[in-house]
Amino acid sequence: MENAPSPKIRGAGALPVLAVGVLLAAALTALVTPARGAQSDAERGLAIAREMKARDRGFSNATATMRMVLVDASGGETGRELRTKTLEGGDDGDKLLAVFETPADVRGTVFLSHTHRDRADDQWLYLPALKRVKRIAPANKSSPFMGSEFSYEDLASAEVTKYRYAYRGDEIFEGKPRFVLERVPVDPESGYSRQLVWVDMDRYVPLKIEFYDRRGDRLKTLVAREYRQYLGRYWRAHEVRMENHQSGKSTVLRWGDIRFRQGLNEQDFLSASMARAR
Amino acid sequence: MRAFAILALAMVLSGPAPAQEWRGQVSAEYRGFTHAGLDPDQHRGYASLAAQSEFRTAWQDGRQSLVFIPFYRWDQHDRRRTHGDVRELLWLYAGRGFELRAGIGKVFWGVAETQHLVDVVNQIDLVEDPDREDKLGQPMLGATLFSGAGNWEVYLLPYFRERTFPGEAGRLRTLPRVDSEQEALYESARGARHVDAAGRWTRTLGAWDVGLSYFRGTNRAPRLVPGLDVAGQPVLLPYYGQLRQAGLETQATLDRWLLKLEAVRRAEADATSRAATAGFEYTLPGVFGGPSDLGLLAEYLYDSRGAAAFTPYQDDVMLGMRWTVNDAQSTQLLATVILDRRTSERAYNLEARRRIRGNLTASLEARAFHASEPDELLYSVRRDDYAQLKLTYYF
Repeated sequence: MENAPSPKIRGAGALPVLAVGVLLAAALTALVTPARGAQSDAERGLAIAREMKARDRGFSNATATMRMVLVDASGGETGRELRTKTLEGGDDGDKLLAVFETPADVRGTVFLSHTHRDRADDQWLYLPALKRVKRIAPANKSSPFMGSEFSYEDLASAEVTKYRYAYRGDEIFEGKPRFVLERVPVDPESGYSRQLVWVDMDRYVPLKIEFYDRRGDRLKTLVAREYRQYLGRYWRAHEVRMENHQSGKSTVLRWGDIRFRQGLNEQDFLSASMARAR
Repeated sequence: MRAFAILALAMVLSGPAPAQEWRGQVSAEYRGFTHAGLDPDQHRGYASLAAQSEFRTAWQDGRQSLVFIPFYRWDQHDRRRTHGDVRELLWLYAGRGFELRAGIGKVFWGVAETQHLVDVVNQIDLVEDPDREDKLGQPMLGATLFSGAGNWEVYLLPYFRERTFPGEAGRLRTLPRVDSEQEALYESARGARHVDAAGRWTRTLGAWDVGLSYFRGTNRAPRLVPGLDVAGQPVLLPYYGQLRQAGLETQATLDRWLLKLEAVRRAEADATSRAATAGFEYTLPGVFGGPSDLGLLAEYLYDSRGAAAFTPYQDDVMLGMRWTVNDAQSTQLLATVILDRRTSERAYNLEARRRIRGNLTASLEARAFHASEPDELLYSVRRDDYAQLKLTYYF
């Protein structure tokens, strides 16, 4: 959910023409350096994941609005609206906060997530009617977020250490060759056995992700579109579609009003200050 | 209290054009009881309507805000349940590393499900629902300090709110009824004007959330003493003593387990006592072959005052389950039973909730009580098993 928030859907990438040469060279160096001679698929996969994260470094903080459309198997649609705030992590993962605007009965509910690189994320829910902040079990990470096809873990920031990687070659997707990156979640509570990510070779952003369930069957496919660049550097998808192949349902996220460097700080992402997050 | 409102209003009027929003909700409910009441004044069915609106405004880049939430309920038979309240009229200032608030507000402390021992700032609006989750607005001056060593909250509470009790025609009440129309009895000579103070320190240490709290002032929970109403009939009168309470709350969040503990030590004029709630919630994600979650809950409730405590929970066990369907309608179901380990008292509770369309939700609540001895606290509600259907529209 977080888009600007959704780090998974965030990457780095295509750069102004003049800088392309320099940065491509730098990226290539980054890819090549760790390997002595031929890189193994695991090393190359890790290098791609690191580069995706590196391209996004320095965004500091951002706010955005998100509209979520839930489409059931017979095509019926239900909408949800949220406002999100993201704080870039320093030594640890990013922090994400989402305030629900609709449906009206959950208006003012706040979801807060502190992503961690080396352990389960911390997540809280603030219930405005009771003024109660509830810490939620990390085991819920595979559960749907707001009844959508996105689970809590799909919306957590894509920290490099959360997966083991393997480069699976290049493949044409939407007319161009893309890296195909396989990633296997480290956390046994993950709802997935593995994911395949089609990565844009210039911008290092994910264009498509296939999610495989615990039994190894293909469960969902995410397609991220309408990437736009901010601050001359950071790429954000404005439409992210998640299709569930097993249930026939899908969810479309539309991001809007993305603003970077809004002066947010740690105090805006404390569980103790969630009550005023709206 | 009035001064806070004027202060807050003055700040709104002096600032630049603020962002404003005006929302609300109305609900209609019907409670049907399975048996005729023990008191002939009581009814079998009660219809009720309630409205709550919410006005919010923020200025100075959101650093200052004001919220106003008035509430009103009309009940078909129970004159005491027909009532209004200012749930919130609160000015908030968020500075660097601190927050200040003044006005009428609501605070929640604690981690447990069944009862909220450490949660002492607000009075319970008992006529709303016997589950004690609804609260009256509390006049307050408060500050929170955020630091690397945890968060510190302090409140000065200049005015006391009496607990609400069902009236003569209301159900889910004591026999004889609590007469809250008469002036309440207080230990303090200042009565409702006794200035109370409360403070809490909280900190997250990895998987552990801990909190230590202290309260000094008028006990929100009254003792009920025998008296007479204006007609000379026997009633119970609320007596509000002075209380000093130290509280501990902690929750460990360990994958599928939430381990919870709340404990308090209370010092009152004539005695000290201890009470605790300890338990867990275990989550089974993806049950019944779908995306729904099942939570298994258990809590042990203890009070050292035993039978002398004005709570049915002195040595009780709560067992329950929460089913979160995770569908587009946010369907949820909670079923619990509370078993007294020493007496015959049992309380059954079922709550279900579902969004019917965009702005409309339906909720169903069913409760049943069992007690066989006249000295048991639930004895007076032994024929008050009921089901309630509520529709709420948001605008």
